[in-house]
Amino acid sequence: MTQAPAKNQSYRSDFRTAEQATDSPAWLRDVRAEAMARFEELGFPTARKGNEKWKYTNVAPIARSEFGFDPKRDLNGLNADSLTVAVPWHETWHRLVFVDGVFAKDLSSRPEAANGVRVSSLAEALVSDNGAVQEHLAKHALFEDDGFAALNTAFVRDGAYVRVTSNVTLETPIHLVFVSTGRAEPTVSYPRVLLVAEAGSRATVIESYVALGDGEYFNDAVSETVLGEGAEIEHYRLQAEGESAFHVGTARVVQAEGSNYSSSAFFKGSSLGRYDLSVLLDGPGSTCRLNGLYMTSGSQHQDNNINIEHAKPHTTSRLYYKGILDGKSRAVFGGTVLVRKEAQKTDALQSDKNLVLSPDAEVDSKPALFIYADDVKCGHGATAGNIDLDTVFYMRSRGLDVDAASRLLIYGFARESIDTVREQHLKSYLESLFLESLPKYRFEF
Amino acid sequence: MTEQRVISRKTGVEDTDYKWGFELDIESDIAPRGLNEDIVRLISAKKREPEWMLEWRLKAYRHWLKLGSEEPKWANVKFPPIDYQDMIYYAAPRSQADGPKSLDEIDPEILEGFNKLGIPLEEQKKLSGVAVDAVLDSVSVATTYQEMLKKVGVIFCSMSEAVKNHPELVQKYIGSVVPYSDNFYATLNSAVFSDGSFCYVPPGVRCPIELMTYFRINEMDTGQFERTLIIADKGSYVSYLEGCTAPMRKTHQLHAAVVELVALDDAEIKYSTLQNWYPGDKDGNGGVYNFVTKRGKAQGRGSKISWTQVETGSAITWKYPSVILQGDDSVGEFYSVALVNNHQQADTGTKMTHIGKNTRSTIIAKGISAGKANNTYRGQVKIMPTANGARNFTQCDSLLIGDECGAHTVPYIEVRNPTAQLEHEATTSKVSDDQLFYLQQRGLSLEESNYMIINGFCRGIFKELPFEFAAEASQLMRVSLEGTVG
Repeated sequence: MTQAPAKNQSYRSDFRTAEQATDSPAWLRDVRAEAMARFEELGFPTARKGNEKWKYTNVAPIARSEFGFDPKRDLNGLNADSLTVAVPWHETWHRLVFVDGVFAKDLSSRPEAANGVRVSSLAEALVSDNGAVQEHLAKHALFEDDGFAALNTAFVRDGAYVRVTSNVTLETPIHLVFVSTGRAEPTVSYPRVLLVAEAGSRATVIESYVALGDGEYFNDAVSETVLGEGAEIEHYRLQAEGESAFHVGTARVVQAEGSNYSSSAFFKGSSLGRYDLSVLLDGPGSTCRLNGLYMTSGSQHQDNNINIEHAKPHTTSRLYYKGILDGKSRAVFGGTVLVRKEAQKTDALQSDKNLVLSPDAEVDSKPALFIYADDVKCGHGATAGNIDLDTVFYMRSRGLDVDAASRLLIYGFARESIDTVREQHLKSYLESLFLESLPKYRFEF
Repeated sequence: MTEQRVISRKTGVEDTDYKWGFELDIESDIAPRGLNEDIVRLISAKKREPEWMLEWRLKAYRHWLKLGSEEPKWANVKFPPIDYQDMIYYAAPRSQADGPKSLDEIDPEILEGFNKLGIPLEEQKKLSGVAVDAVLDSVSVATTYQEMLKKVGVIFCSMSEAVKNHPELVQKYIGSVVPYSDNFYATLNSAVFSDGSFCYVPPGVRCPIELMTYFRINEMDTGQFERTLIIADKGSYVSYLEGCTAPMRKTHQLHAAVVELVALDDAEIKYSTLQNWYPGDKDGNGGVYNFVTKRGKAQGRGSKISWTQVETGSAITWKYPSVILQGDDSVGEFYSVALVNNHQQADTGTKMTHIGKNTRSTIIAKGISAGKANNTYRGQVKIMPTANGARNFTQCDSLLIGDECGAHTVPYIEVRNPTAQLEHEATTSKVSDDQLFYLQQRGLSLEESNYMIINGFCRGIFKELPFEFAAEASQLMRVSLEGTVG
């Protein structure tokens, strides 16, 4: 395909080192070997002509960098106190903490294994819950055509594992924390999440990627989420990586009949960020709601590629992504809604709105619809532009000055996304992260 | 054509519903099959072209060779590889080998053929208010109303004549909007283009009648590669129509045209297309591959270019009439109805590139899919850093008829200027049961109700068409959908 082999050959030697250092079940070793072979064939994607999924994002900075890898890293001086300041925090939340890709048992706090609910590291689950792990791991995030997913899978041996058993409602949110400490030399980590919500279960999961330092690093993350019949997952994803970080996140969600997946994703930081989310509505009556807010500045590049596949009838999807662009940053939105022939009575809405606040910023938006069923209601919309001058004029006529008026409009734009967050402690964290540092409008009227 | 004719494919040639599918029995002068430098030289020699034209063709041909088989692959269409060596690149009615002279000299068979298509070329019968350039296979056979146009200074003739009689204009503008290296098909066209229309409207002239080119493929296994160039000088206005049909064939035929429009200061070009190439039969056999590059450059301040297209024919349509909004305050418009049925595929849309200040573009695209067909709207709106105050509004609506077809919308929005305002909206649905129920309850048959709703769905586009075309377009929709609704 239109992919180039990675220039950097160190992944192969990293792979060998890792294989020697850890012990895993045979099936998982096979998966890893297959993924490594696939990655070596695929390499990283290129933005060459014809590669629609990567049309606007050039991953050359990742491909040409050297990242150190060590499956047994130390905490780099991180303790519980420094963690509470760095990440969204509440003492009651269950917590799985990963420091530079390595599970930090002492920083984590897990619920009692009541009702068969499991919140553990993937390595632990491979021992205690091998059947369920084998059933789902690497079965949804396919790496056949995806270099980044293949690379992550080649290194999968630990990660976050959550299984909520049938008809159990987990009131307390589970927080999956991936901290990058910013080491002296560039490092690479392969965060991995497997989330299984069995029939009729309910849970809230927060997935945070945060940085403590300014160092250069690369997070190649993959998550798989499986919703059984009637299951409900409220998912929050915070990607607040360091200023020189690279982050490529691949998320796959599979939904059974009547299930409900709602997700709010927030993006800030990282010099090159990509979030590739695919939701498969594989059961009649399943619903997904995907919200997103990306705020870019400096020379950042954030690419969100959100794909929703309606495979069964009576499925509903709502997609609302919003961006605020400042500096010389660039934001890319690529979304597809695919409605299969069987998926009659589909109801899909897709929207991407961008506020461009700087003359040097660029936004590229490509919301696409592919529809093969006739009895459907599908729509999409995309906008890009500055704050509306008529609205500013109206506000000025009511006595606000330009500065206050434009600030209020930008605030309102961002606020709408943050208001989708139902978990109060997370919401206040996001408010301070986003709303207190909103870019200003700097043009003459 | 002003009278409302009832067209029915049912009464056409046997075995099909495509009533334009007849073949003319005329002797043709045909180039050997295949493509090589000699063919390019042969075409150029046949047309007695000056040296610079041949050089340009050869440059394009050599570039095309370098492209290998790099046909654009991003479009949402599927077709087996085209063998470019198994095609005829030049075919001209023998009697017309020296190009059109006077109308009296045209082969009566050709005249009759165009009569059957509803495009009479004879002086006494010709369409009132429309000057027609009739292109058969590779050459222009007649251009009507030449005298009248000459009086106001409008040049409207075949491309071959223009190269001979107005070389300075052709040399200045050809390839200035669509360079020979633009894309695979445009490059191929630049090498082997045979004829097409040329139009130049002098400063301040409002062209008194509509200009029209009617394209007809007749010979078997020929590709049609025409090239159209329209230049509207300062403050002028021209409305141009394009129509096309082809005989029914079991094999596919390639039509790779290039259209270039140039609008100088305050000029306006209105370009309307009624594309009705043979779409292939019900099982997807035969039909024209319509791979066309159309682009206009709104070069002057306050200029305007408007594309209106009704696409009902062709097995595959790959076409993106675009506007480069270069002059400050220039305007670009794109109005489109694309209808696909049976096994037809269409990947069509537009590209609006905003460069000048306060440039405005409007895109209204309506897609209708029926049978097993697939219809894709693909459009790009690009705002360059210089385009302060640029404005775009895009609306794409799709209508699905039946559960085996597909409707797709792929907009590309690229914004590099914060003072620009862009909006894109799209909806997809089927004909609403409630609306059908209401109309039937008022006494209309199910079929009539469907037509009425579909007609209403397209109305906004039809009204952009010149009067003669609007009635025809609405009929064409009906014919194309016969048997699929109700």
